[in-house]
Amino acid sequence: MADRHSRSADVSTGGPGVTNSHARPAGATASTGVLDGRSGGDAPVPPDLRHTGGGLGGGGSLPRRKGFGAENAFRGLTLAAGTMVLVIIVAITIFLVAKAIPALQANDANFLTTKEWFANETPARFGIAALAWGTVVSAVIALLVAVPIALGIALYLSHYANKRIATVLGFLIDLLAAVPSVVYGLWGLMVFIDPVRDLSVWLNKYFSWLPFFNGEAPFGRSLLLGGLVLAIMVLPIITSLSREVFMQTPTANEEAALALGATKWEMIRTAVLPYGRPGVIASVMLGLGRALGETIALAMTLGFLNVISLNVIENGGNSIAANIANGFGEAGEIGRGALIASGLVLFTITLIVNMIARAIIYRRREFTESAA
Amino acid sequence: MSTTTLPAPGQNPTLHTKRLPAVAFLGIAVVALGVSAAICYGTGLGGWVLTLVIGLVLYMVGVYFAVRAVEGSRSARNRTWSALIHSAFVLAVLPLASVTWTLISKGMERFDGDFFNSSMNNIGARDPNGGAYHAIIGTLEQVGIAALITIPLGVLGAIYIVEYGRGRFTFLIRFFVDVMTGIPSIVAGLFVLAFWVLIVSPWFNNGAPAFSGFAAALALSVLMLPTIVRSTEEMLRLVPAPLREGSYALGVPKWKTILKIVIPTALPGIVTGIMLSIARAAGETAPVLLVAGGSAAINFNPFTGQQGSLSLFVFQQAGDASRFAPARAWTGALTLVALVLILTIAAKLLARRNRIPR
Repeated sequence: MADRHSRSADVSTGGPGVTNSHARPAGATASTGVLDGRSGGDAPVPPDLRHTGGGLGGGGSLPRRKGFGAENAFRGLTLAAGTMVLVIIVAITIFLVAKAIPALQANDANFLTTKEWFANETPARFGIAALAWGTVVSAVIALLVAVPIALGIALYLSHYANKRIATVLGFLIDLLAAVPSVVYGLWGLMVFIDPVRDLSVWLNKYFSWLPFFNGEAPFGRSLLLGGLVLAIMVLPIITSLSREVFMQTPTANEEAALALGATKWEMIRTAVLPYGRPGVIASVMLGLGRALGETIALAMTLGFLNVISLNVIENGGNSIAANIANGFGEAGEIGRGALIASGLVLFTITLIVNMIARAIIYRRREFTESAA
Repeated sequence: MSTTTLPAPGQNPTLHTKRLPAVAFLGIAVVALGVSAAICYGTGLGGWVLTLVIGLVLYMVGVYFAVRAVEGSRSARNRTWSALIHSAFVLAVLPLASVTWTLISKGMERFDGDFFNSSMNNIGARDPNGGAYHAIIGTLEQVGIAALITIPLGVLGAIYIVEYGRGRFTFLIRFFVDVMTGIPSIVAGLFVLAFWVLIVSPWFNNGAPAFSGFAAALALSVLMLPTIVRSTEEMLRLVPAPLREGSYALGVPKWKTILKIVIPTALPGIVTGIMLSIARAAGETAPVLLVAGGSAAINFNPFTGQQGSLSLFVFQQAGDASRFAPARAWTGALTLVALVLILTIAAKLLARRNRIPR
């Protein structure tokens, strides 16, 4: 509203004596019609005509400021749309809680420490201990595999590959992120399972003294397979964000390191990595959020045994999200509530992880903006 | 290991220190592979994959010590890290190549007219035919409705954040838009299940919860909204301030400036963001699984009756016991990837062609 001209300015500068619009002082009364949102056709009102109303003073016939005009309506519309996001987040919480409470009250066991999931029996007995374990283990495997490789690719694309190759490859990596998770699940179930089974047999043969790799065949549909498929899925997320941060490293910092005689790796270690650390941490957190919440790929590759064990190669394993997808079909009233309760736990965990990641990115953004 | 290939002293008259010649690296690689093959096959430890892995490790160790002997330890560390970074890249290309290859080779098996012209209605375990017509219709309708809901909402929300919003409240919205992009798709499905299917839809359906394509569209909207707001917001911020100021100086009110100047300038970018979010929504399985019901028959009406979707079709066929199901699953996956990638690539090319000059 600050760009609206005041009436007093109109009175003093553009009186009835002004006949030619070109003669007016710049910005005085040029187009009062447009200012108040009338259609553009009648915008340049000649000053003489404006006084036919016979009011007092030069500004007498200016359109009155409306209390509720197009401007306010539009503003309100956008405000409502913007608020929608907050409404949805709150609504998700409210409705999940509302549907979860009856099921939790019907639960005959401790929801947090029970391993079994018998939500459709009477009395219902279910808990998320084993599911949460499977969720965390598969996400940890995914990150252990994906983070070093993703950082390697990000550095390769930002500092090693020549520019044209880097553009094409970066594009390909982004496409990898666009492939739907059901396709990765299918690939994991029908193709990737064979090498992973061979790897499991090999690990079991030589490393069975480690608690992760002991146990007996059959191998294959295990947390290891799920975790590796997840690793391929989070790889592009971590890569693209880290690459962006690495490319933002100030050239001055890099050149200063090189001028002091640093080798390329020393330059990366002293200039690029410290600068990119918050961004890398944030990208890993985003990847973690994705890995924790991934549903279909795990629902297709895990073996579904609700146990807590360190073993990652035996058939078995289950995660919160995969349990929802696979258990939903035969769930009754209490069963649905139980699945919604587990979904609420997942929602809370991913919300916290994402909020931490975003908080890191935001702090960093302020830092870079003030530096630029 | 490679001392035989060292250059003679004084051979390099430049200001550089002594460098290991390229032949030396090749030699180290050959020796490393040979040694690792001898270890793996000699002791029966493993096959060619393990040979490659051990060969790579040996190569790096070899390079480190050879370079350290000739060029010094700092250069050695530099070369080893460089080799590690390059091999990380090769490692990531392998699954990409494998996914692409299997998708195309296995997906072409059923990529025929029958697949696109028939549904899975009355297709038993012994029938080799059957198709995804019903699923494709479901995907198109659900994504279409979701887009109709989300595009106005998302663009207006972004306008509020960029053009009107000030202070803590706007910061809160921006923050939660970002957080919301990370919500697991299954949670969006559960939300619509709890809110629409179990609470609202019984009003219209004689008290029984109704699974429908519209519910799936609602769940997809929850997933699409934050991505559209985010990308639109970024595009609006790129619109140069002088364009807005020029419009204000001509006396155009703010809302009209936004609709007539800012949005048209940012339009290609906004469209790109919308297309990317549509592509992402088209691939989502979990929410559709929870709220659409998944019918095997053709259902054109998204508001009544259960509906399938292409990604759900892939999921169902992958878990089906019929020996003809995997071929259908792969062809479904190929169709889905083709749809998603065409949208994505078109969006990115559009973004590249119409970049706003800063």
